[in-house]
Amino acid sequence: MAPLLEIKSLKTHFATDDGIVQAVDGVDITIDKGETLCVVGESGCGKTVTAMSILKLIAMPPGRIVEGEILFQGRDLVQLTSSELDDVRAKEIGFIFQEPMTSLNPVLTIGEQIAESLRRHEGLSRKDALLRTVEMLKLVQIPNAEARVHDYPHQFSGGMRQRVVIAMALACKPKLVIADEPTTALDVTIQAQILDLLQDMKERFGMAVMLITHAMGVVAETAQRVAVMYAGKIVEEAGVDRLFAHPGHPYTQGLIRSIPRIDLDSKHRGRLETIGGSVPILINPAPGCRFAPRCRYAMSICTEAEPALREIAPGHRMACHLGEAP
Amino acid sequence: MRQYILRRLLIAGPSLLGISLVLFTVLALAPGDPFSDLATNPNVPPEVALALRAKFGLDDPVYLRYLHWLAAMAHGDWGFSFVSRVNVDTLILQRLPTTLYVIGSSQLLALLIAIPIGVYAATRPYSLFDQIANTFAFIGFSLPTFFTGILFILIFSIKLDWLPFVYSTDISGTGLARLGEEIRQAIMPVMVLALFQAASLTRFVRSAMLDVIRLDYVTTARAKGLGQRRVIITHVMRNAMIPVVTLIALQIPAVFGGAIVTEQIFRIPGIGSLLISSILSNDTPVVMAVTFVFACLVVFFNLVADVLYGWLDPRISLR
Ligand SMILES: Nc1ncnc2c1ncn2[C@@H]1O[C@H](COP(=O)(O)OP(=O)(O)O)[C@@H](O)[C@H]1O
Ligand code: SF4
Ligand SMILES: [Mg+2]
Repeated sequence: MAPLLEIKSLKTHFATDDGIVQAVDGVDITIDKGETLCVVGESGCGKTVTAMSILKLIAMPPGRIVEGEILFQGRDLVQLTSSELDDVRAKEIGFIFQEPMTSLNPVLTIGEQIAESLRRHEGLSRKDALLRTVEMLKLVQIPNAEARVHDYPHQFSGGMRQRVVIAMALACKPKLVIADEPTTALDVTIQAQILDLLQDMKERFGMAVMLITHAMGVVAETAQRVAVMYAGKIVEEAGVDRLFAHPGHPYTQGLIRSIPRIDLDSKHRGRLETIGGSVPILINPAPGCRFAPRCRYAMSICTEAEPALREIAPGHRMACHLGEAP
Repeated sequence: MRQYILRRLLIAGPSLLGISLVLFTVLALAPGDPFSDLATNPNVPPEVALALRAKFGLDDPVYLRYLHWLAAMAHGDWGFSFVSRVNVDTLILQRLPTTLYVIGSSQLLALLIAIPIGVYAATRPYSLFDQIANTFAFIGFSLPTFFTGILFILIFSIKLDWLPFVYSTDISGTGLARLGEEIRQAIMPVMVLALFQAASLTRFVRSAMLDVIRLDYVTTARAKGLGQRRVIITHVMRNAMIPVVTLIALQIPAVFGGAIVTEQIFRIPGIGSLLISSILSNDTPVVMAVTFVFACLVVFFNLVADVLYGWLDPRISLR
C-alpha cells in the first residue's frame, strides 16, 4: 500500500543576511494512513520548517524549497501553487500550531474561525456551518458549546484555546493532521489532557497524525513510529518500542537518557543527563556528521564523510558511522 | 458596548469644559480686544469708550467674564461679532459647511488612495510596486501643503487654465451646472490636502499590515486554505485597521490646522480663514467661538475613534 505522505530528500533553505540557513537539508519521512508518527528533536532542529514546508506555510522569501518531493496521496505538493494548495489545506491536511495564545485571530469569534474553513471546503451555509462548529466544539469537550461558539479567543484559557485549535484543524475531517508541539506551551496537567484528546480524535476520525515534539516523554505516550531529527536531517527512524529498546544513534540515546524518570524514587533518579553543547547554526555546516562536535563516540571519519541513512534492522534506519562495515 | 460609549460621552463633557476655560483665559490674557481701537480713535470721546467697555463687561475679572460666556453659551448665545456686526453663530454656520465639505472629501479621498495602496504594497514588500509607492509617499509627505497648493495653482490655474484658483461662494447658475462648478473649484484644495494625508497614511497602513501579516494567526488562516484574498481582508486588514483608525482620529486636529493654511491659499471662505481674519481684527468673540468649534470637532472625532476602536477590537469593549 502506498504511504499517505512521502517526503523525499526535502531541502528548505532561508536566505538571511548572514548566509543561507540550511534549516531542512535532505529529510525523508513517510506516514501511512491512520498512523501516528512522532518527529522529535531539540529546538532549532528544523521540525517546524519541515512541517510548514508540507503546506507551503513558510515565509517565501526568505524561505525556499530548493529540492525534494512531498507526495501526498501520490501528488507532489511541492509543484502546486499556493492557491492550488488551498484545496489541500485544512481539507486534506489539518494543522495544529504550538502557541494557542497567538494562533487564533483576536478579533473574530472562535465560531467564525472554525466555520470559515467549513464554508470554504464543504460549501456549507452560514447556518449549517454554525451547527457543525458547535458539534466540533462538543467533540473537543468545550463545555457549554452553544453559547461559547460566539466568544472571542481572549475569553478562553490556554488549554481551552488549544481545544478550539484542534476543533478547527479537524473540522473538515482531514486525512492527516500535523501537530507542531501542541502541548509545549501548556501546563503539565493540561498537556496530558490535550494529548488524550488528540488520541481520542485520531481514533474517532481514523486520521494519520504527524506529532512534532522535543519531549521524549510525549513520544513514548503517543507514537507508533518515531523519526529523530537533528540539525535539518533525520538521523534515526524506527517503531517506538524498537527505538526505546535499541536506540542506535548517539543523539537518540542522549535524548532518551534525558527523560525525567518519575518511576524511580529521588534517591535513584540521580541527576538528569543532558546532551552537552547545542544545535549548531545551519549556515555553511562543517562536512561530516553534524552531531560530531557533541558526540562522545566521534571518530575521525565522522568529520570527513556524512553518514547516510541506512537500515540496521527491519524498519529501523539510522545515519551514523557506528557499527558500519569497515 | 453601550456602556463603553456612555462612559466615553461622560468624559467628553468635562474635557470640553476644561478646554473652553483654558482657551478663554489665554484669549483674555492676550493683548487687544474689539474695542481697543476706540481708545485711540479721536472721534470717540473717552467717556463713551469707557461706557461701552463697561456695558460689555470687558474690564471685569477673567473668571467673571468666563462665567458670563458660559452662561450665554448654555442658552445658545454664541456672542456678537463687533467687526462683522452679526451673531457669531450665524457667521460660523455660514463658514463651517465649506470647511467640513473640503476636509471631509479630502479625508475620504486620502483613505481611498492610502488603504488599497498600503495594503497591496504590504502583500508584496520590497517589490517594484512597493518601492514606487514608498517613494511617492515619501515625497508627498515631505512637501508641505502651502508648497503643493501654490504649485497646483501655478500649473492647473495659471498655466493650463483648467481650474479656478479663487473659491467663490456665490456661484451663478442652478442645478447640475452649479454643482459641477462647486466640485471644480474644490478639486485643487481637496487634492492638496488629500495627497498630503494619503502619503503619511499609506506608509502607516503598509507598516500596520506588515506588523500583522507575520503573526501566527495569519499562518493559521493560511493553513485553512482560505485563499490570499480572504486571508488579507478578514484576517490581516481587520486587525491592521485598529491602529490606522486611531491614527486617523488623532490626526484630525492636525488636519484642521492644515486646512487653515489651505483655506488661506485658495481663499476658501471656511472656518479657518474666519479664524485668521478675526484674529487680525481682534474680534475676540469670534476667535473664542471658532477655536471652541475646533475643540468640539476634535473631541467628537476622538469619540468616533473610540467607538470604532471598541467595535473593531472586541478585547476593548468587552472588558
Ligand atoms: N524565517 C526564517 N528565516 C531564517 N531562518 C529561519 C526562519 N525560520 C526558521 N529558521 C531557521 O531554521 C532553523 C530550524 O527552525 P525550526 O524549524 O523552527 O526548529 P524547531 O521547530 O525544530 O525548533 C532554525 O535554525 C531557524 O533559525
Ligand atoms: S556519525 Fe560519528 S559523530 Fe555522528 S553520531 Fe555517529 S558516531 Fe557520532
Ligand atoms: Mg518548532
